[in-house]
Amino acid sequence: MAAGVAAWLPFARAAAIGWMPVANCPMPLAPADKNKRQDELIVLNVSGRRFQTWRTTLERYPDTLLGSTEKEFFFNEDTKEYFFDRDPEVFRCVLNFYRTGKLHYPRYECISAYDDELAFYGILPEIIGDCCYEEYKDRKRENAERLMDDNDSENNQESMPSLSFRQTMWRAFENPHTSTLALVFYYVTGFFIAVSVITNVVETVPCGTVPGSKELPCGERYSVAFFCLDTACVMIFTVEYLLRLFAAPSRYRFIRSVMSIIDVVAIMPYYIGLVMTNNEDVSGAFVTLRVFRVFRIFKFSRHSQGLRILGYTLKSCASELGFLLFSLTMAIIIFATVMFYAEKGSSASKFTSIPASFWYTIVTMTTLGYGDMVPKTIAGKIFGSICSLSGVLVIALPVPVIVSNFSRIYHQNQRADKRRAQKKARLARIRVAKTGSSNAYLHSKRNGLLTEALELMGTPEEENMGKSTSLIESQHHHLLHCLEKTTGLSYLVDDPLLSVRTSTIKNHEFVDEQMFEQNCMESSMQNYPSTRSPSLSSHPGLTTTCCSRRSKKSTHLPNSSLPATRLRSMQELSTIHIQGSEQPSLTTSRSSLNLKADDGLRPNCKTSQITTAIISIPTPPALTPEGESRPPPATPGPNTNIPSIASNVVKVSAL
Amino acid sequence: MSGCSKRCKLGFVKFAQTVFKLITGTLSKDIAWWYYQYQRDKIEDELEMTMVCHRPEGLEQLEAQTNFTKRELQVLYRGFKNECPSGVVNEETFKQIYAQFFPHGDASMYAHYLFHAFDTTQTGSVKFEDFVTALSILLRGTVHEKLRWTFNLYDINKDGYINKEEMMDIVKAIYDMMGKYTYPVLKEDTPRQHVDVFFQKMDKNKDGIVTLDEFLESCQEDDNIMRSLQLFQNVM
Repeated sequence: MAAGVAAWLPFARAAAIGWMPVANCPMPLAPADKNKRQDELIVLNVSGRRFQTWRTTLERYPDTLLGSTEKEFFFNEDTKEYFFDRDPEVFRCVLNFYRTGKLHYPRYECISAYDDELAFYGILPEIIGDCCYEEYKDRKRENAERLMDDNDSENNQESMPSLSFRQTMWRAFENPHTSTLALVFYYVTGFFIAVSVITNVVETVPCGTVPGSKELPCGERYSVAFFCLDTACVMIFTVEYLLRLFAAPSRYRFIRSVMSIIDVVAIMPYYIGLVMTNNEDVSGAFVTLRVFRVFRIFKFSRHSQGLRILGYTLKSCASELGFLLFSLTMAIIIFATVMFYAEKGSSASKFTSIPASFWYTIVTMTTLGYGDMVPKTIAGKIFGSICSLSGVLVIALPVPVIVSNFSRIYHQNQRADKRRAQKKARLARIRVAKTGSSNAYLHSKRNGLLTEALELMGTPEEENMGKSTSLIESQHHHLLHCLEKTTGLSYLVDDPLLSVRTSTIKNHEFVDEQMFEQNCMESSMQNYPSTRSPSLSSHPGLTTTCCSRRSKKSTHLPNSSLPATRLRSMQELSTIHIQGSEQPSLTTSRSSLNLKADDGLRPNCKTSQITTAIISIPTPPALTPEGESRPPPATPGPNTNIPSIASNVVKVSAL
Repeated sequence: MSGCSKRCKLGFVKFAQTVFKLITGTLSKDIAWWYYQYQRDKIEDELEMTMVCHRPEGLEQLEAQTNFTKRELQVLYRGFKNECPSGVVNEETFKQIYAQFFPHGDASMYAHYLFHAFDTTQTGSVKFEDFVTALSILLRGTVHEKLRWTFNLYDINKDGYINKEEMMDIVKAIYDMMGKYTYPVLKEDTPRQHVDVFFQKMDKNKDGIVTLDEFLESCQEDDNIMRSLQLFQNVM
């Protein structure tokens, strides 16, 4: 029931008194109006703009936000009004909907913003009034297409890790820019299409005379050469077609597609020619078949987007083209008849029959005017001029429609290309933002731990606290930290050289870059086959962690060289380190954000295991062997020449 | 009649104009344009009729004349004005509004009779005052007034008597509002039986018509009817 007439319900109920005397049975009791309150004004504060309306106006549509008790959630006790933190412009339309029962879509509004607002207020877009519904639907469709476009190109760009060979081939065919091989293939086929077409054309050019016979076309003079060329082209095309057929996800659909039909038609004549005998009559028909070789030029449409757009335009303008054809046919028949009867009288008239007049009518209506058939009588000339005038009109009518269709589709394509080009920049920006936030987390973690360490150690040290983070940021970082603790992994910066996940430290320990390098180098030595060997990977940059326990060995080393300091630091892994001041000599080739703090809370940690991790950082200079040495790693690694050191086995676990 | 000849003259003039223009070479007037002009004139004619706007008497007067309070009148007027911005309801709108309450059946006939019961001055349009007066009787009036209003409703030709045909029409209109899909299925002669029962009850002297006094008397004897008249007491 339309809510606008809810106000007339009292009237309808009152009019029911008219049934009473007629009724045979007693009437049911009327429902009691429990909370019979007077109609009151409600104030709706939308981002500062105050709207006021009657309560009953809003209650017309009880299944929306404003009409139901849901709006009580937005009631502000202090100001006794309902506050919505939304767009006041769109709210105008929403409120008008309650008042008039019609929902309008303002043209200046963005379609997705409008949709969001409608969804918030619980209003279905389907009830948009007829006046605005078309516009709304059009823009929604445009937007959806654009999104789909984006998604498609996104999917294309992602590297899907596990594509079968067939799928990769198909992708290579459809989108030559995915790999160099595909590009090469694309250009090679294009080249051969061009060669084939040119061959067909040149075949028929007269090539000078062979002494003793008349002028021959080139095709017959150098028939062997042309035959070889043709064979080569057809070979390539056949191979291409078969490959496409193999790679197609749905072979049945592929066979029915237009491009495959063109392919088949292009290569068929050759094979038929091979099969055919050299019989005179049959070869005449065979020669006609060669005409189909010209279809090879359509194979260019895979290579040219403009051709595809043209084809698509013609397809979408099918009805206009049909109308053009129909009206032309009508006009041709009418005028041909008229001309025939007009010219019947004149002697030696070329207009021998109505079908013969068709030719004249077509030539005249399209303003060609060859002049091979001209009317001679006065009546014929009059009708002939009317014919040519009307021809212009009839042809000019549907052409603008086709043109506008073409222009629309062309511009759409342009826009899609532009978007795709801009997409890279956009994705880069998004990536920067993402890494920024993850870097911020790691940065703050380091700073946070620094602060804790400082507090613990009581040293009023370095000022590398960074800027103070806001409450939200710190809460977010705390959340990430909790996640790290839960899973036992930790976040890494996106540096391929350091994509190591090693569990090195227990809670609240962190490693700065130098430490991390050392750990990495250490871990490169630890290629013992352990029970976790399946998780080993010898690819550079790919590791897995496993439980590890710090060896309790303690080795003291002079704090002189890189390995030395590293080792010592390794021993003291159970405590918090502040590295910066201790090892100034260490190179800092990495950015300061290449922290890797592995909070290895490993609930499923078993007995001490050895971390096996291989990384691909360059081999540091030789390390001073210390302590007991373990057997050198069995599996190959970039740092096999580093002798193993007892304490280097250590990758401390949290336990 | 006069409207018809006026339109004919208009059409002829237009035709002459078109032919003239054709001859003088303005070939742009094609069929579509001609038809469009014709349509536009039709719309203009229609618009003239609906430009009527009516404003009701003041709130105090209405309050004095009816049994409603000011607030109730305000609410009523707001609803009325929302549906009918021009201030008057014509029969079409009336039927549309009433039909929205009975989606299953056909409420047009009953709405028609109702409209004529509301439209006391038989002008073809119901103003707000008429509307509110009738509502006042129906919702806040005495039993006597209600019954008299109902009698007026049944008396289609307003001659002071209800005969069987009028009652038949009313009862059929009421049954029409139910629609086709009822249980038990409406039989052909159910309305007739209903009317017979009614006449048996109401027609005291069995002369085939029911006068106002007979109607009042019979209704006051019937408890059911008395009770049901009080049903909509607190609708507002």
